[in-house]
Amino acid sequence: MMEKYIQIGHGSGGKLTHSLIKDLFYKYFENRFLAREGDSALLEAGSQKLAFTTDSYVVDPVFFPGGNIGTIAVCGTVNDLAVSGAIPRYISAAFIIEEGLAFQELESVVSAMAEEARRANVLVVTGDTKVVSKGQCDKLFINTSGIGQVEEKYAEIGVGSGIRAGDKIIINGSIARHGMAVMAARNFQGFKSDISSDCSPLNTLISDVLDTGAGIKFMRDATRGGLATVACEITRLSRYGIDIDENSVPVDENVRGMCELLGFDPFYVANEGKVVMVADAADAEKVVQTMKSHPLGRDAAVIGEVVDEHPGRAVLHTGIGGRRIMDMLAGGQLPRIC
Amino acid sequence: MKYIDEYRDRELVSNLAEKIASVANRQVALMEVCGGHTWAMQKFGIPSLLPSNVKLMSGPGCPVCVTGKGFIDHVVALSRREDVIVTTFGDLMRVPGSSSSLEKEKSRGADIRLVYSVLDALDIARENPSKKVVFPGIGFETTAPGTAAGIKNAAAENIENFFVLSSHKVMPPAMGTLIDEGVKIDGYIAPGHVSTITGSGIYRDIPQKYGVGCVISGFEPVDILQSVYMLLRQINKGRFCVEIQYKRVVKPEGNKIALKMMEEVFELRDDWWRGFGVIPFSGMGIGEKFARFDAEKMIEAEVEKTVEDKGCICGEILKGLKRPDECPLFGKVCNTVNPVGACMVSHEGACNAYYRFNS
Repeated sequence: MMEKYIQIGHGSGGKLTHSLIKDLFYKYFENRFLAREGDSALLEAGSQKLAFTTDSYVVDPVFFPGGNIGTIAVCGTVNDLAVSGAIPRYISAAFIIEEGLAFQELESVVSAMAEEARRANVLVVTGDTKVVSKGQCDKLFINTSGIGQVEEKYAEIGVGSGIRAGDKIIINGSIARHGMAVMAARNFQGFKSDISSDCSPLNTLISDVLDTGAGIKFMRDATRGGLATVACEITRLSRYGIDIDENSVPVDENVRGMCELLGFDPFYVANEGKVVMVADAADAEKVVQTMKSHPLGRDAAVIGEVVDEHPGRAVLHTGIGGRRIMDMLAGGQLPRIC
Repeated sequence: MKYIDEYRDRELVSNLAEKIASVANRQVALMEVCGGHTWAMQKFGIPSLLPSNVKLMSGPGCPVCVTGKGFIDHVVALSRREDVIVTTFGDLMRVPGSSSSLEKEKSRGADIRLVYSVLDALDIARENPSKKVVFPGIGFETTAPGTAAGIKNAAAENIENFFVLSSHKVMPPAMGTLIDEGVKIDGYIAPGHVSTITGSGIYRDIPQKYGVGCVISGFEPVDILQSVYMLLRQINKGRFCVEIQYKRVVKPEGNKIALKMMEEVFELRDDWWRGFGVIPFSGMGIGEKFARFDAEKMIEAEVEKTVEDKGCICGEILKGLKRPDECPLFGKVCNTVNPVGACMVSHEGACNAYYRFNS
């Protein structure tokens, strides 16, 4: 047997990441909180239920159209809490800074974090700073953890135990913007584009929806691995099948064009401001309308349905009337040759 | 998106599907020999639109799938040299060699960089004059002119630290070999990009010698369905020829500038194809004139002894003799995370597509 090494694909959010988590982290850290496999851990403090989550941010480049590493460090953690049915309250911020980073760049990042925290109505209440020698990290890495309060009635939302056939799948807007904005910001192939990241805190949109009393069975923010990965998650957690209608999934024209050109499938490209909800069919319209009246949900749409057929599989009904299976990404999304 | 949406028109697609159903009066097997077609067919769900008596088979059209293990071993060996930077198309990263892959070498610290074009590799060579920058040239007549241009640019600018390890191949010999070996093929969906470079003449032998029709197809759903329809019509009439469906791009005479460039840089040689073995005059080696850019000749490498897979039936799958799920390793030891054979690696590979979309 060959010695194993960590590969880039272990961090892609797809199959390799899942096997790393399952076969290594769960194996050693095994406990009932982890076993729920939610985006946040659900904890109890007296009679109060708390959601707790953590995430590290290593985006390259640090600045991109629509945000920077600080924006996503706050939004990502806020969103992980919000999709667990929690009201985000407090977050931490830990910085690993490469020697030589311009002070002004760091200040831009920190002020963007403060701005996003205000938008999301959370407080940054603790933190840490480490500086490493040049070359030991790439400019700036940030870790944030967050705590939020969970109402008892939403405690199961993060794990989707209420999902049933007939439920509708809803998204709050167009996909693949963050991934393609970052790609363009890397000056990839000399591309210039007007694509900006969708990076946003989703907690007010989510609380607007929950406040309507709509039957929301599950939520997840579609980040790394994209919408397809969340679709697969839904089938894995619920053991039902799902059908997604390609024509209903919003993709901006400029994003679609760049994906076409580079051979990327927008269903697998990262988002930083998209929530996928599984809702009771009777409430689907209400959920979409509520989203549409929020600035982050103007292009909200029903994109699919939970079905009894093909349990454990997400099937995409393609725009031309064909069908195919959507699987999780194995390894990173690699550029194709021809 | 203009010029794309028109070829994905749902009504047009459904009309074509109906027309195909109306002329599909016998069991036929059509083979595509371009990875781009395999990928597009799966992406759009084309097989689900065809009648059950029209079967699509994936042939040896995925460049990384037909690349021999020995070649991967050679690139791996080069990447282990301290003074080498390997610059490669993404597809090659995960292809297993005898005991390693580029992805694994990278995780162990080898300097391997993804590029989209040979010109990126040239940039890297300019920026790193103390390193030998190696570009593994893979693919058919589609990618070969790019590599040729890279070599010519390097020669013109006198970039001395740029090298190509060529595994470039030409398509038609393999198409003939398949029929010679008894694979039942009723029609070829001929490659669109290859033909853009070569023109349609290179397939002349296939209808003349073997009585099998070729339709050069585009990559959008309407293109592919129309090509299937054109092949079925040839079959029904019993008159076989080379037709161009992808007329908006492919010209009968091809791209003369690209052809000339290839001719100048490469020379045909016998080459080893995964699953086929050696096919005469099917590979493109770097000719004498540009030998100083040939990594094979210029850089020493300790290439390990090639170990072939046990139980992997990539060969039969590439020839369309077996379906991926007939392989004893399929889905068990061999999957998209741990590919055993090359066909499981690339999105264009038959096993990969079958695993992701059908299993």
